[in-house]
Amino acid sequence: MSTNIPVSGAAQSHEMYSLRVNGLVHEVEDAWIGESLLYVLRERLGLPGAKGACEQGECGSCTVIVDSKAVCSCLVMAADAVDTEILTVEGLGPDGALTDVQSAFLSEGGVQCGFCTPGFIVAVHHLLENNPQPSDDEIRESLSGNICRCTGYGRILEAVRTVADQRRQNS
Amino acid sequence: MPVLIPRNVDELVEVFQANPQAKLLAGGTDYMVEVNLHGRKPETMISLRRVKELTEWSVRTNQSRITIGAGVPYADMEHGEIARLVPALAQAARTVGSPQIRAAGTLGGNLGTCSPAGDSLPVLAALGATIHVIGPDGNRDIEFADFMVGVKKNSLQPAEFVHSVSLPLVEGWQGYAKVGTRNAMVISTASACLVRDSDEGFVAIALGSVGPTIIRAHAAESWLMKSTSLRAGSQLAPSIAQEFGRRVAQESRPIDDHRSTADYRRHAIGVLAQRLLTRSFS
Amino acid sequence: MSSTVVSTGTRPGTLGTSASRPDGVAKVQGGFAFSSDMWADNMLWGATLRSPHPYARIVSIDVSGAYAIDGVATVITADDVPGKLTYGLIVQDQPVFAAIGDTVRYSGEPIAAVAADHPETCQRALAAIKVVYEVLTPVTDPEDCVSGIAEQIHPDGNIFRHQRIISGDTTIVGAIQVEGTYEIGMQDQAFLGLESALAVPDSGGNGLEMYVATQWLHEDRKQIADCLNIPEENIRLVLGGVGGAFGAREDISLQVHTALLAMKSGRPVRISYGREESFYGHVHRHPAKIWMKHHADSNGKIVKIESRMVFDGGAYCSTSPAVLVNGITHTQGPYKCDNAVVDGWAVRTNNPPCGAMRGFGVVQACFAHESQMEKLAAATGLSPVEIRLLNAMETGDRMITGQIMDSVAPVAQCIRETDAIPMPPPMSSSADLRTIPGGTGLTAQPSNIRRGVGWGVSIKNLMYSEGFDDYSTARCRISDGVVTIKFATSEVGQGFTMLAQQIARTVLGVDDVFLDTIDTQVGSAGSTSASRQTWMSGGAVQAACRAALEKLFDHIAAKNSMNRSELEIEGTDIVDRLTGLRVAVHAAIEGVDIDCTEEYHHPATEDMDENGQGNCHVAYAFVAHRAVVDVDPELGLVKVVQIATAQDVGRVLNPLSAMGQLEGGIAQGLGLAVMEEIIVKDGKVRNPSFTDYLLPTFLDVPTVEMVFIEEHEPKSPLGAKGIGEPPCISVTPAIANAIRQAVGRDLPRVPIRPYDICL
Repeated sequence: MSTNIPVSGAAQSHEMYSLRVNGLVHEVEDAWIGESLLYVLRERLGLPGAKGACEQGECGSCTVIVDSKAVCSCLVMAADAVDTEILTVEGLGPDGALTDVQSAFLSEGGVQCGFCTPGFIVAVHHLLENNPQPSDDEIRESLSGNICRCTGYGRILEAVRTVADQRRQNS
Repeated sequence: MPVLIPRNVDELVEVFQANPQAKLLAGGTDYMVEVNLHGRKPETMISLRRVKELTEWSVRTNQSRITIGAGVPYADMEHGEIARLVPALAQAARTVGSPQIRAAGTLGGNLGTCSPAGDSLPVLAALGATIHVIGPDGNRDIEFADFMVGVKKNSLQPAEFVHSVSLPLVEGWQGYAKVGTRNAMVISTASACLVRDSDEGFVAIALGSVGPTIIRAHAAESWLMKSTSLRAGSQLAPSIAQEFGRRVAQESRPIDDHRSTADYRRHAIGVLAQRLLTRSFS
Repeated sequence: MSSTVVSTGTRPGTLGTSASRPDGVAKVQGGFAFSSDMWADNMLWGATLRSPHPYARIVSIDVSGAYAIDGVATVITADDVPGKLTYGLIVQDQPVFAAIGDTVRYSGEPIAAVAADHPETCQRALAAIKVVYEVLTPVTDPEDCVSGIAEQIHPDGNIFRHQRIISGDTTIVGAIQVEGTYEIGMQDQAFLGLESALAVPDSGGNGLEMYVATQWLHEDRKQIADCLNIPEENIRLVLGGVGGAFGAREDISLQVHTALLAMKSGRPVRISYGREESFYGHVHRHPAKIWMKHHADSNGKIVKIESRMVFDGGAYCSTSPAVLVNGITHTQGPYKCDNAVVDGWAVRTNNPPCGAMRGFGVVQACFAHESQMEKLAAATGLSPVEIRLLNAMETGDRMITGQIMDSVAPVAQCIRETDAIPMPPPMSSSADLRTIPGGTGLTAQPSNIRRGVGWGVSIKNLMYSEGFDDYSTARCRISDGVVTIKFATSEVGQGFTMLAQQIARTVLGVDDVFLDTIDTQVGSAGSTSASRQTWMSGGAVQAACRAALEKLFDHIAAKNSMNRSELEIEGTDIVDRLTGLRVAVHAAIEGVDIDCTEEYHHPATEDMDENGQGNCHVAYAFVAHRAVVDVDPELGLVKVVQIATAQDVGRVLNPLSAMGQLEGGIAQGLGLAVMEEIIVKDGKVRNPSFTDYLLPTFLDVPTVEMVFIEEHEPKSPLGAKGIGEPPCISVTPAIANAIRQAVGRDLPRVPIRPYDICL
């Protein structure tokens, strides 16, 4: 089995457009206009990293960056994302290497089932780019749109603190 | 191409007139929920995200007003100059959904959906916002009170869209508070915005999620203005704040639903009113 | 089976270390394949038509409209089920699809399924199926089932189980008596990774391969095979990546539907539920109503407990009988008690079906007994800590079931260690608004807030009960210098795959341990539930590795003229204790071919008799929680400030992972205390979405201060107890007790809603 092969379109689908994701242009053909960016990334472009868990912006699992903003890809109409720069979890680390955030999630125990993890990883990258040294309260508020059902957030908080500390020491 | 992407207001007017059945898509945070979960079948969409004028805001100092484009996302209101000028709006913006939702959601979206739980709407009501609308017959201004006419109903005509919202810059105190059963990312069970103009000795309070529309508690406002001085430097008797809360609660028209009860909403809105008024004096 | 504790090393990746997860890199990079990420050539999408009515007779079903839609490949109904028409874990009473002439018994019951080329095509097809219902009046009050006045809504009747416990002198009366009636709302497991399965039919049409997120592959396979009427061996079930479980994947949801669609269409089919469907597609935590009366002597020592428990099992049986027994057998909590009269019912209604969720019946009982302990403390004038220490259970105590507590039982130590954890500082008058109730909603100033402290202590049985042999199987192969472990244990996020590697590294002295695919090509592992896999599958992996090691020792002793009986593993070497001769394991396993499969069985248990007497549980674990909460009494809003906990874990096998289990469980218990509830009115779920079913966010869950009580459990193969369930059990009453203390109200129901506090 594979997780990375685009599916064909449906009978009522006839949209054509292109999306720029992780620096590469992808052509989307025979799409239904109602498809969310989340669906298109996962089912058409072979990028299953963003996850769907609520379809209404209440869990953050589908978080991606669109034009430098962290948004819920389930609430972006894919056909309306043309001429934007889209960054997904797959595009964060260069050449398969782990980012500091990804490493910290592993070393601090921030991953259990892992379903919320890609959304968290994207949201944490976005947070630390905009606020490199967040307080605990700022971390909590900034990530309050990302639901985790397994960890109770404790190890995730630790992971974010760890990255912030590392970046401060390295700068 | 069923997603039409105008780049400026002129193009938007033209495209909308040519496709009056089209749906407007701003941040997508309401509309896509309809598509994903409630069987909405989009056909022709007009995307508002690239219409530059809608994402701008400006202050006309001489008129003491701020004009905020319908496409300005909530994230841009939470901090910075808009937050300094209209703190109640910043406070409301900060309670909208999650950070991801605030990055996408807009004032225009709240106005388009017109839910009584729309977080920014009590602020617009309390400040007496004017909604600038553009349609086939040109521009018109609608007072907020005339804009929201029912649960998820507004007074926009076919092929009209919200261009921007104009708010007075008030001398004095303004504040917003919202009750939900979680400490973040929650739909309001009751919310209120209180504006106290300490120059004019004027107060306005608008209530969210406690009626079919945003409710201005006019009777409580009048009673308060008669009962105590609201000008700068005056004192507030605790009994006045309590009575104000009671009167505000009386003007609410809440319902029972799965999110809460009418009794709780009525109670909570009274507490919020009392606390906001007290806060305005501290 | 040996119960010796394997030696703990500090070598990275062995037992006792925070080894890294084998699935970790893929999970942080987004490449880990969850069942909803599965895809196959020529795949169709499946979707399910569900009843909008909680109770209705199906007059007719017309699927022709669905077939008329371009892109629709197959539609199936009850007529298309070739084998058994029902499924279920204990009793097979749940229809695969409700049939014409039969009734639907809950809102959301499946009626038909479609397979089509696109999810949107599926939705249109479902909308085109015409079902005519004769709507009936649903049975929604469990008490009507207990009293027998409700209409019988299923041929098996409306009582899933009635069980009492009569223990000791039932006539005894305490000098102090406290009582209360408590209610627990319906909680949802709300795992994030929604139900999903991919079924790929064999080319011959005789069987299929299926990728599914489940807690128990072999049980799923049995039920699927029965419904499909094909031999179990014609189905290969592979674990698709599981995005959390918490009990909700113990029952069948979409497995049979997906398999049937694939078999009928001859094409791979994937069904992936959305969130709303997930609320209808799996069982929930039983809502319960519990009356309890504690009798104590004048010093506060419990002398008798009386209780009556009613669990609403909803429309179908699922695990209701077992949940009920867990509830009633945990009536006494972690306290000594000789005399008891307990009466329990699990009943069938037209509410959503309920079954397993983390804590499994004990959550409900614990909320009641810990609410009672607070009342008992007040009645005796003792502090919450004193009353609990006075009554704390110990190893050797006889329980109300007659069973002797033979697990390590450090109840008093859990309480004392929790009590010793420093309290958080008082709220400052300039507190960040994010840290006070209402948060960024700016509803309160610090001066509006009152603080409360509350306690909860619990006991939880581990593994399956009442005579069930929930064994686990593991296979260890050493071939060409490579160690491979295989098992069918569902990795649902808890980290068993990591633990299996730790065990193999420790036992065999190797660093690299490969894990084979988790599927049904090896014996059953039992379910990932009941806090059992560390003990059971951990025991099986250890046994398989030890068996392999014995063979390796045979081989090495002969080859190197070492003393066979003197060989042991020291770090990564095989050492002859007599001669000091040593061989590196990685060298020793070159060219060796060893293959050992072992089963681990826990000590046998037995059924209860009609008075609830019997050794029905295998082992127990204990935990104490202390909650500090801030409450806005006027608005009824709550912020949990700190949870302190000391948990009886036997032995910490992986510190980071253990912390994660405790913190995660506590967050779920917090959810039940103050926000999580499936609201059911007239048999219909009113909030099947994450907008209205509220889960704790980052801003709702406080810092957890924890202590592990490490007293090795001699009965456990690794010396460790299961730690998954205890964290979520007594934290709920601890928070409730803290809120009660802050506002001075009874608050007999969870979740505690704002209006319960302030109106």
